[in-house]
Amino acid sequence: MGDVAPALKFERISKTFPDGTEALDGISFSVSMGEFVTIVGPSGCGKSTLLRIASGLLEPTSGRVEADRERIGYVFQDATLLDWRNVQNNVELLPQLHGFPKAERKRLASEAIELVGLQGFERHYPKSLSGGMKMRVSLARTLTLAPPLFLFDEPFAAVDEITRQRLNEETQALFQREGFAGLFITHSISEAVFMSTRVMVMSARPGRILSEHDVPFSYPRQADLRFDSKFGELCGEVSAALEGAHGSEDGHE
Amino acid sequence: MSEHEPGSEPVHGQVETDDEEDKAGKGAALWTYIAPLITFVLIIGIWYLISYGRMDAVRRRTALPAPHTVFEDGLLVWEDRKGLKPILEALLVTSRVALIGLGISIAIGVLLAVVMNTAKWAERSIFPYAVIIQVTPILALVPLIRNWYGFGISARVVVCVLIAIFPVITNTLFGLQSAKEGHHDLFTLHHANWLTRLWRLEMPGAMPAFLTGMRIAAGGCVIGAVVGDFFFRQGEIGLGRLIDNYQKDTRIPELFTATIVACLFGIAIFLIVGWISNRTLKHWHESARNYT
Repeated sequence: MGDVAPALKFERISKTFPDGTEALDGISFSVSMGEFVTIVGPSGCGKSTLLRIASGLLEPTSGRVEADRERIGYVFQDATLLDWRNVQNNVELLPQLHGFPKAERKRLASEAIELVGLQGFERHYPKSLSGGMKMRVSLARTLTLAPPLFLFDEPFAAVDEITRQRLNEETQALFQREGFAGLFITHSISEAVFMSTRVMVMSARPGRILSEHDVPFSYPRQADLRFDSKFGELCGEVSAALEGAHGSEDGHE
Repeated sequence: MSEHEPGSEPVHGQVETDDEEDKAGKGAALWTYIAPLITFVLIIGIWYLISYGRMDAVRRRTALPAPHTVFEDGLLVWEDRKGLKPILEALLVTSRVALIGLGISIAIGVLLAVVMNTAKWAERSIFPYAVIIQVTPILALVPLIRNWYGFGISARVVVCVLIAIFPVITNTLFGLQSAKEGHHDLFTLHHANWLTRLWRLEMPGAMPAFLTGMRIAAGGCVIGAVVGDFFFRQGEIGLGRLIDNYQKDTRIPELFTATIVACLFGIAIFLIVGWISNRTLKHWHESARNYT
């Protein structure tokens, strides 16, 4: 997709923490609008660090990042809802922080709530929601700003497998509808292949990109794609690449 | 005063099945009221036993009058200088001091906590002195307070504030600092400034801890108002001085009445703050259940 200016571009990003830990080493790639890129790698390989650098929460030690950060979408591992706000008001938070007028805020929130299928739960508080529903609220909150760049930091790691698959299906539907540039981080190979246009395999610390795998399936992707033989083949390919990703230190997956 | 133990009565294990849950619920609710009532009746009974069983007529007048004597001489008499009337007038004085003290403690305490929350050096420079205020026996400060503020209402309010401000500061500060890192990241990503972060994230997140601090402070203010009044033996008569006077004049039934009124006032404040707490937190915080 070389004809579109990338929404996110890493150029030889390296990160060494003050304690000497080398987290990333020479990462270069870019994500354009309409691309959904997933990074899989052993735990502690610096995937989250890369995402924090993309968002500007963290500065790289060397290298350059170009990213559209004005209305950035960032979905955290934890739903990070505000416990004292009900669903509606949680979803309104980001437009509120950006100074949108109240009526506009309400409209955007209602749309986003509908997109993630939570109509009827507007008055509920996080305390009474399941983990999957909280994650949906978190997604809706991010959607209100229609972010051109959408970063996901292992958002579905804590929910059960069935919920996770449903959230994967919903996320790729959202991606198809909104056409944002997505960068998704996960441990799960099938999650990566199911949603992405491209899967990148990252090595153990210091994190390097070991291989790239284009995923050819068209959108919208149906749930039973997971039983397609080509899907299984791709998963095997990524899995094999991941085998090589565990360096001398054993990543206990 | 044992009438108000909040709903922790041992009523479980009577009914287990689902269809009888409703009945058990009603039983539990009933027991919440009956159990403390039984305790109350027991205490009154023991009181009578000691008053009549262990004391002669003189000691019964000067040490432990029977409950009905307290009731007749203290609660039922309504004269200018006798019975319930001066006690309620004193309560008015005391409650005014306590409430003003609580208000000031909250205002200054929250302000200090916000300042301490903005920078580590601010916290380091203020916190030791907050501790010093907390650990200094209030009695040791009374002569100074008397010199500076005289005997009026302000001296008593100062005593209240000295007692109540520490729990407000520490709890509020703890609450402000308890915002999760993910939430801070979220606010950073969306360019929130200092004030927005304080107002939309840290302050609401601090509510449970703040309310806990307020509950402790409210109790402290009631004690402070009575104690302050007791120390500064001049000016308007509050409950503390009234209790002192009754003790000197051996007006024991009224002494008991004044003490009970002071207790009831403390309980009322406790319940009101608990109610506010519960209403504020009912949707989101675990602790809200404890007050229902």
